[in-house]
Amino acid sequence: MKPLTTEEIRLVIAKGKFRDNVFKATGIFCLALALVVIVALIADMVIKGSERFTLDFFFNFASRRATQAGILSAWVGSLLVMFVTAMAAVPLGVAAGLYLEEYAKRNWITHVIEINITNLAAVPSIVYGLLALGIFVYQFGFGQSILSAGLTLALLILPIIIVATREAIRSIPAMIREGSMAVGATRWQTCRYHIIPYAMPGILTGVIIGLARAIGETAPIITIGALTFIAFLPPVPFTAADAGTTAGLFDWIFSPFTVMPIQIFNWTSRPDPQFEINAAAAGFVLMAMVLSMNAVAIYLRYKMRKNIKW
Amino acid sequence: MQIQDTPSLKAEARNLNFFYGENKALKNINMPVYDKKVTALIGPSGCGKSTYLRSFNRMHDLYPGNRYEGEIRFFPDNTNLLGADVDPIEVRMRIGMVFQKPNPFPKSIFENVAYGLRVRGENNKRTLDDKVEHALKGAAIWDEVKDRLSELASNLSGGQQQRLCIARALATDPELLLFDEPTSALDPIATGAIEELVHELKKRVTILIVTHNMQQAARVSDYTAYMFLGEMIEFGKTDEIFIKPKDKRTEDYITGRMG
Repeated sequence: MKPLTTEEIRLVIAKGKFRDNVFKATGIFCLALALVVIVALIADMVIKGSERFTLDFFFNFASRRATQAGILSAWVGSLLVMFVTAMAAVPLGVAAGLYLEEYAKRNWITHVIEINITNLAAVPSIVYGLLALGIFVYQFGFGQSILSAGLTLALLILPIIIVATREAIRSIPAMIREGSMAVGATRWQTCRYHIIPYAMPGILTGVIIGLARAIGETAPIITIGALTFIAFLPPVPFTAADAGTTAGLFDWIFSPFTVMPIQIFNWTSRPDPQFEINAAAAGFVLMAMVLSMNAVAIYLRYKMRKNIKW
Repeated sequence: MQIQDTPSLKAEARNLNFFYGENKALKNINMPVYDKKVTALIGPSGCGKSTYLRSFNRMHDLYPGNRYEGEIRFFPDNTNLLGADVDPIEVRMRIGMVFQKPNPFPKSIFENVAYGLRVRGENNKRTLDDKVEHALKGAAIWDEVKDRLSELASNLSGGQQQRLCIARALATDPELLLFDEPTSALDPIATGAIEELVHELKKRVTILIVTHNMQQAARVSDYTAYMFLGEMIEFGKTDEIFIKPKDKRTEDYITGRMG
């Protein structure tokens, strides 16, 4: 082959650069499309719901009159359910991920378990709702309670946490593990002093992404029977309950409840168009909850990673 | 320097074979390791010298599919380091290791050195302080870090990090110290500091060092072993190996005709 002349080289480069720019433009267009959609959604909710953004809206129970209806029981319910979900899913998920990465022998049983965890992540959430209705609500007798809902959502996000934990652990270089084992540490000492702390930023990110998904779930919560109209809060521990008794530390866990997405769903299905304003306002609040959870995740990850360098 | 009588044995490999799955990486290795001496393992890449070194502290046990045959006897108690009844953790508590790339933990300088002691259940502040200081002095890095023990180890330079890793290994008073190409990631000045340190350390601990650098082997070691394709070709006093090797293959390697 004859060597190219300077002219020809410039022509080749120009052609290549043109394609470069075409792709760049396409990329920016796709990105902008996604951004426009989310900004439009949020703006729409803000504009529609703007007249409901008062303190009363946050501290009123549901009501037949749209202007007086608030989201108190919904956001309290969402927070409590998330608390139960986190308490159940985080220890289970982290322990499972740690076991699979650090302890499990690489054999076909482990392999089958791994494949099934990935499959679990793809199970439609309504199926978890059906499972929970049978097991938590009826079999274990937890009823249509915060506990049932929290455990259901915990099952739902367990695969997310397991996968995040495993990925975080896998990003720790082998030489750190070897360095620890080489001074005579056991596997558990290596996990406790090194693997868990160094994987923590990744695990936390996974946990919060999981919770952010769970807080927006509607189908499984409807299946296990969350109420749509509820005008009381779960009992606060050690305060007076009905008939002169005092609420125990965990009584709230068996209380009926509602959550944000169910409240929104309920309002959108009302004939009175005034309720659409409530739905939009509540939708924005839910969106804000999810976004602030993500913000916390990003902040924590940044803060914790600062000290972890290999 | 002439070595008079044969020094006492610290360890001895006897008919050692090693397998990565089906692949035989070490072939019938027999070699003594003398007490309070530096023994260098040299040979071309892939000859099995690192594999051999990592057999001493059972590092291969961390990964599935690895298998040893034969023995590594450890003295004075004549334990077989590879014995099925010997816990690898016990082996690693007696034998320290320094890796090819400095691998300090992303923790403070103090915690890096104290880690081996903590693993042994030592939590007394005074004891830890004393032992950490002693180990850092032993690794010739005390003066550089004594005012910033609570700083992150990752802030140190590569050479300092490697000396910190040596301090980490020294803190628990190992009987044998394994070095796996400890200077391959370091510049010449940091390398010189580590070599000097190795020379100093052999007064108190037996050292086995893998090196890619023949000059380094000649400078730091009392004994040298030449390995090739998983076999131990020649073992002897360093002066003799480098001046008049008995085996043709050793001579080729040392004179630079191969490898």
